[in-house]
Amino acid sequence: MSAGIELENVCCDFGTFRAVDNANVSIKPGEFFSFLGPSGCGKTTILRMVSGFIEPTEGAIKIGGKDVKGTRPNQRPTALIFQNLALFPLMPIWENIAFGLEVRGVDKATRRKKADDLLKLVDLPGAADKMVSQLSGGQKQRVAIARALAVEPSVMLLDEPLSALDLKLRQHMRAELRAIQKRTGVTFIYITHDQGEALAMSDRVGVMSQGRIQQIAVPRDIYDNPVNGFVASFVGENNIFEGDVGPVSAGMAGLSSPHGAFRARIAPEAQGKALKLYVRPEHTTLSKTAAAENSVEMEVTEVAFEGAFISVHGVAAGGKRLSAEVKNDGITVVPGVGEKVFASFDAARALLLPDANVRA
Amino acid sequence: MLDWLSPEAATALMLSLRVSLVATLASLPVGVLVAYALARGRFVGHGLLNGLVHLPLILPPVVTGYLLLLTFGRQGWIGASLWDWFGFTFAFRWTGAALAAAVMAFPLLVRAIRLAIEAVDPKLEEAASTLGASRLVVFGTVTLPLILPGIIAGAVLAFAKAMGEFGATITFVANIPGETQTLPTAIYAFLQVPGGDGAALRLVAVSVAVAMAALALSEWLARRVARRIAGR
Ligand SMILES: Nc1ncnc2c1ncn2[C@@H]1O[C@H](COP(=O)(O)OP(=O)(O)OP(=O)(O)O)[C@@H](O)[C@H]1O
Ligand SMILES: [Mg+2]
Repeated sequence: MSAGIELENVCCDFGTFRAVDNANVSIKPGEFFSFLGPSGCGKTTILRMVSGFIEPTEGAIKIGGKDVKGTRPNQRPTALIFQNLALFPLMPIWENIAFGLEVRGVDKATRRKKADDLLKLVDLPGAADKMVSQLSGGQKQRVAIARALAVEPSVMLLDEPLSALDLKLRQHMRAELRAIQKRTGVTFIYITHDQGEALAMSDRVGVMSQGRIQQIAVPRDIYDNPVNGFVASFVGENNIFEGDVGPVSAGMAGLSSPHGAFRARIAPEAQGKALKLYVRPEHTTLSKTAAAENSVEMEVTEVAFEGAFISVHGVAAGGKRLSAEVKNDGITVVPGVGEKVFASFDAARALLLPDANVRA
Repeated sequence: MLDWLSPEAATALMLSLRVSLVATLASLPVGVLVAYALARGRFVGHGLLNGLVHLPLILPPVVTGYLLLLTFGRQGWIGASLWDWFGFTFAFRWTGAALAAAVMAFPLLVRAIRLAIEAVDPKLEEAASTLGASRLVVFGTVTLPLILPGIIAGAVLAFAKAMGEFGATITFVANIPGETQTLPTAIYAFLQVPGGDGAALRLVAVSVAVAMAALALSEWLARRVARRIAGR
């Protein structure tokens, strides 16, 4: 039923501009795979190649092991859900959902039954005879999903389907989508520029920048073990230090920076490159006295209450901006503005990373 | 109903209606096709086709009529073959008047339909095609219903233009009562003879009435379609 997808050295050029550069990824049947990246990085272009609206300039795309070169969109086992949903305005909801069945010559009674079943699946019973204009954003979203599921695609392609919804609904629909995917077992390729969405929903995430896939990993690894500075910065905040990297031993290396000597983890493939040290604010702790290592003195400039945690911003010597997140647990002492504190981090939580993988 | 019109005037009116209706209906499918090609197609000769369609709008009608005569006249390069092979000719026949009217109205028809097609979100068509619909099915089930108001507007505009066509008609098929004498050419003919003013004036009143009726009909149709599209 569900199919795997392989992109092999896929490139896509628009004139002289290379929108997708040498993409290689193997998506397993039934996997929820997300492409995450900033606007213009080539996410939609990848989806359009998989669905057949554009052909790759180079490389091959395989769906269920078969090369789909030259296969028209209506003959591919994929269904695409657009950012603006693209529901048919002249058809009632049930006809929207049953459109793909009508195209396949399914009789009306069966179509109606299937549409009703799918409306139940997406938790929207009773909407069958309404018109598109009578539904809310979240309801339209569900109809678009039901319409795509109706043709029993092997692969669902979703292009930022939640971006038009408000925050609350978006979070609700995340869980909903994930549940529908688990229930149907269909392979999902999901596109988003929202890192929270990608990390929360996906089995694996591919992070993209400027047409290149930077890293493919499970969400946890994307966040905790980013392969470069772009990935580290795109999925979260960082305190960043520049300096000279010392000799490597047991996966750790020193960094001598204007702010002092630090020690951090280093990946084997990063060795020999220009590196910076990245550490997340939630792994940065504040104390009155310096820690044994990886400690920088700073003056607190701003304390922002965020609810579950408190964001403390400060400047170190040379105007270096640093931040730390303090848990709002009622025990940890939160420094006040103007106070001098030491920001410290565990060497195992800090990473020495190269910049993004981009064209020279 | 038409007894206050002279027999010639009544004939001219009926002929004009027939010519305009045939011109509109016959050019409609071609107009939709050309409009779709211009709106959605990317091909060599796109600009040329666009220019060709709009030519009658820019050229003096007499020139268009003369070009039609050169092409479709008995000695014209298409007209001669039509006559030799099928014994059919547009020259000095009401069908010629319909051809002239269709050519003159074509830019207006194509323009209205093209605007309607361009207003359709291409994502709707793409969505239909990922759901398994071939291009033809996509056009029939998604695009066509959405552009129906545009097609109606274009057809009414073309009909009105055809009713009023004068220059190309009189140049191509002359002004033969009962065969090619339409409302405008009849008014012109009445004005050429002494004492024809009264007859001309009555025909003018008829033209105004027909134009108003066409407008009212198109408004009514457009409103009906709009209501259907809004889903009521
Ligand atoms: N048809 C096209 N012709 C020329 N350039 C294009 C075309 N489609 C996309 N591009 C370019 O390719 C790049 C990638 O576009 P793409 O739509 O894949 O980005 P995206 O990652 O989906 O961005 P967003 O998050 O804004 O939707 C962009 O720089 C865009 O300008
Ligand atoms: Mg996009």
